[in-house]
Amino acid sequence: MSEQHIKLPEGSIEKTTTTLNLGPTHPATHGVMQNILELDGERIVSTEQTIGYIHRAFEKIAERRPLAQITTLTDRLNYCSSPINNMGWHLTCEKLLGVKTPKRVDYLRVIIMELSRISDHLICNSIVGVDAGAYTGFLYVMQYRELIYEIYEEVCGARLTTNMGRIGGFERNFNNIAFEKIEKFLAEYPKVLKEFENLFQRNRIFMDRTKGTGAISADRALNYGFTGPNLRAAGVDYDVRVHSPYSSYEDFQFNIPVGTTGDNYDRWLVREQEMWQSLSIIEQAYQKVQEFKGTDADIYHADVPEYYLPEKADVYTKMEALIYHFKIIMGETDIPAGEVYQSVEGGNGELGFYLISDGGRSPYRLHFRRPCFIYYQAYEELTKGAMLSDAIMTMSSLNLIAGELDA
Amino acid sequence: MALTNEIVKQKLTGKFGEQVSNFEEPYGMLTFEAPKELNLKVLNFLYDDEVLKFRFMTDLCGVHYPANKRREIAVVYHLHNLEDNIRIRFKVFADINQPDIYTATGLFSAANWMERETYDFYGVNFVGHPKLKRILNVDEMDYFPMRKEFPLEDQTRIDKDDEMFGRGGETGYGTDTREEDNRNSVTAEADKPDETGRPIV
Repeated sequence: MSEQHIKLPEGSIEKTTTTLNLGPTHPATHGVMQNILELDGERIVSTEQTIGYIHRAFEKIAERRPLAQITTLTDRLNYCSSPINNMGWHLTCEKLLGVKTPKRVDYLRVIIMELSRISDHLICNSIVGVDAGAYTGFLYVMQYRELIYEIYEEVCGARLTTNMGRIGGFERNFNNIAFEKIEKFLAEYPKVLKEFENLFQRNRIFMDRTKGTGAISADRALNYGFTGPNLRAAGVDYDVRVHSPYSSYEDFQFNIPVGTTGDNYDRWLVREQEMWQSLSIIEQAYQKVQEFKGTDADIYHADVPEYYLPEKADVYTKMEALIYHFKIIMGETDIPAGEVYQSVEGGNGELGFYLISDGGRSPYRLHFRRPCFIYYQAYEELTKGAMLSDAIMTMSSLNLIAGELDA
Repeated sequence: MALTNEIVKQKLTGKFGEQVSNFEEPYGMLTFEAPKELNLKVLNFLYDDEVLKFRFMTDLCGVHYPANKRREIAVVYHLHNLEDNIRIRFKVFADINQPDIYTATGLFSAANWMERETYDFYGVNFVGHPKLKRILNVDEMDYFPMRKEFPLEDQTRIDKDDEMFGRGGETGYGTDTREEDNRNSVTAEADKPDETGRPIV
């Protein structure tokens, strides 16, 4: 009887697994990336990732642009913490050009970078909560990401794609409103973070959902090139800020939180603790900045006339300033030949810039070491044998940012 | 005793002799090159040696040097010894007509996608790679876009009719003939005297 009624395509009865397309546009991927999951019931047998949906050929475009114009490309890598990318790029240029930045600039940069780290971790951690079904925390902390964005606005005028700073420092000094907002943030944020922690950290449901899922051992994490919170959650205390300090990070006291199991819960905890550490760094940096008085408090950039745009008033009255202005705007300054690798501790790992210059006006080759791209390949190993719903959490707790993944 | 660039260099020359060459230290990072056939041997040695312990692959990327005949394609490895906190850069060069390089995926899982990316953009054929296919570009692409023979569009070109972006069409920017016309009309108007008989300046 059944032979007559059910006509299955030949061979289909042998296939015992289900193929599921997760992405490229799916609310749970938080970005354009595709996962083709092979499911046995709800268990994942294998996954395959397809990426490149928003590939914009930044490395190629950079080969034609003068240094100052590449900053806008770095904004669009990890757009949850674009100031870190901007600063990383400026540090790379400064290393190539041999520019020494004043201490005040370093401290201001540290404030901005740690603020971006907080906003990055905040998004990641609250999104993990959203994927577990806890929306409240996400909406609540958004207010404070908003405050961070307002600080960016005061400093550079933009919010998301910041294009902040210049080679040698900042385009202008921080104004009083910016400092007031930083003070407000320092005063109010600890309470908010504590509340956010209370929502999740010892929450039975959240712990059950995250503990033991998406785990990776320290050895495998290192082999996969993990960096940042994902590596530290597995128990390796590697942090670029400590191992190769940049922007005077050696002047600050802070701890590196590490986890033990490398699972989703540990990743969440490491990010949470890092936010506390970042807060402490911002406080220290803010104190240090306040110690600059008189004319010292007016320093906001290094003296690099060939790369730092002169004051507009000088452009109209002084010959040198006019020449430099013209050359910078037109991108006619030849950069020294050389090979530089500079990395910074980005929101989700070691963000590296490998710059080769042959002495022309633009880089000969620029390669971004993008942490997302490197650790997303471990996703298959992380989710093998896991439940589908856990795989979603694993994806969000890795902190994948599509802009960085695809460059 | 902390590991220094000098020790790494001595170790490498002790093991591979003349075959590792071009030692440099641009901005403090030890850089050297080896023949492409030896890349796995060198990487393995750097990984396994009790003193060197370069067990973290930071980065892998390609570079195209069209002027270097028979060694146009470079593959650059950035390795990191996390214990002694020292980084090195290691390069191999290949002929663009036969860019076959052994894969490092056996040693570093991280190399998998980075090699696919290098293949995608430079066409380096990583021998032994488990799944060497394009990663960021579409599978149908039949060229390797980061090679230098594909330059970006000249930003100063004016021959393009690109009305939506302010070039050509109604706005007239960049269209040679129109520029000519405009200039003529402006001069014609300037030459025309107004009521007082003076030409408008």
